[in-house]
Amino acid sequence: MRKAAAYPSGYLDSASSEPLHPAARETLLAAYERGYADPRRLHGPGRDARLLLDNARAVVAECLEVRPDEVTFTSSGTEAVHRGLLGLRPSGTTVAHSAVEHSAVVHAATWAGDAAEIAVDRLGRVDPGLGGGAGGIAGGVVAVQSANHEVGTVQPVAEIAAGLAVPLFVDACASMGRLPLPRGWDALAGSAHKWGGPAGVGVLLVRKGARWRNPFPQDDRGDERASGFENVPAALAAAAALRAVVTERDEVNARQSALVDRIRTTVSAIPDVEVVGDPADRLPHLVTFSCLYVDGEALVTELDRRGYGVASGSACTASTLTPSRVLEAMGVLTHGNVRVSLTRDTTAEEVDGLLAELPDVVRHIRAEAGL
Amino acid sequence: MIEVDLELDCRGLLCPLPIIELGKRYAEVPVGGLVAVVATDVAARTDVPAWCRMRGQEYVGEDAADDGAPRYVVRRLS
Repeated sequence: MRKAAAYPSGYLDSASSEPLHPAARETLLAAYERGYADPRRLHGPGRDARLLLDNARAVVAECLEVRPDEVTFTSSGTEAVHRGLLGLRPSGTTVAHSAVEHSAVVHAATWAGDAAEIAVDRLGRVDPGLGGGAGGIAGGVVAVQSANHEVGTVQPVAEIAAGLAVPLFVDACASMGRLPLPRGWDALAGSAHKWGGPAGVGVLLVRKGARWRNPFPQDDRGDERASGFENVPAALAAAAALRAVVTERDEVNARQSALVDRIRTTVSAIPDVEVVGDPADRLPHLVTFSCLYVDGEALVTELDRRGYGVASGSACTASTLTPSRVLEAMGVLTHGNVRVSLTRDTTAEEVDGLLAELPDVVRHIRAEAGL
Repeated sequence: MIEVDLELDCRGLLCPLPIIELGKRYAEVPVGGLVAVVATDVAARTDVPAWCRMRGQEYVGEDAADDGAPRYVVRRLS
């Protein structure tokens, strides 16, 4: 398969950021010519910008099977998470969130008060019956992700929603575009650069009729849930990428799932290496494993030297110097951790190349530690 | 404090060094014997039980050393 020339071979970190989809690149350049004006103005260029923004909203709504008036563009996935989650929280209440949420959710929940954490099992999955417990949920709003950004496990969102008496916020940043949205949410967030749109575009969905109030200062834009001058070209490019990704996903997901299966099988055969996350009910493009006695930073650095860009949840690779909360909550090894995530045009040759290097890299690092 | 056959002082060591120390030295105790890892690095709280699961040993539990440092106790099964 032909590689896109825009980024180097061996980039296996699409879960951090997917390279810009070709459909987004074309749209972005064209939209900069026409989408510069203020969409609220009544002159021709303003109407043009308004048309492009409405078009972006309509495309996103169609791709996600929601109403256009449920779609808001934000300046990032993180901003969509903050607005979505905090807007659902009844005043004076706290947030309950799964123990494996993205830090954007955790920080927003903590900002709102003493957050409650919902435990997960060894695969990183929330108990689907959590809402039916005798004690109920300690919080005015519950946050559960659609799928885990570090280990790929898909959460039983619809089952959780069915048993809840409080509003549900879903962080869908890891899955938006790749998988259909789950059912049962009141507000939901996505991030364009995770599906191949440009960075700096988030998508906030608020279900019609949901009790959502802007948690931040109002702004006088066209969309009352948004603030700041809209990045019309980027929103349109994000929408174009989303449409392309949704159109292609049956083919791309099948190809990525097969490559991930190959990684899971090969890596499991390396001594003292554990693949983590759900083996079947998972995101198609990412896989995570931990190597006993191996320093995560040394592993990532050596793989980079050999031409492969991967992420790690190990403490030594984090700005906070604490291990991944996701791996901790699952009770799996936090050191020697690697997350491999495929781009839409990652080839079998690239994956095989990584798998050929990996046993040698692990053996080498262990030998240096005297094992 | 649980009485053990071998105590490994891993205070101040960062991950994965406490686990490497455990992997290198646990066989110094007889099968059925107890090893304690005293580690200040928070990753050890997850990684010692995970090591036990992956290596077929038994995680007994956590207590604290005299100075308050967390102490993770393992039983050698094989």
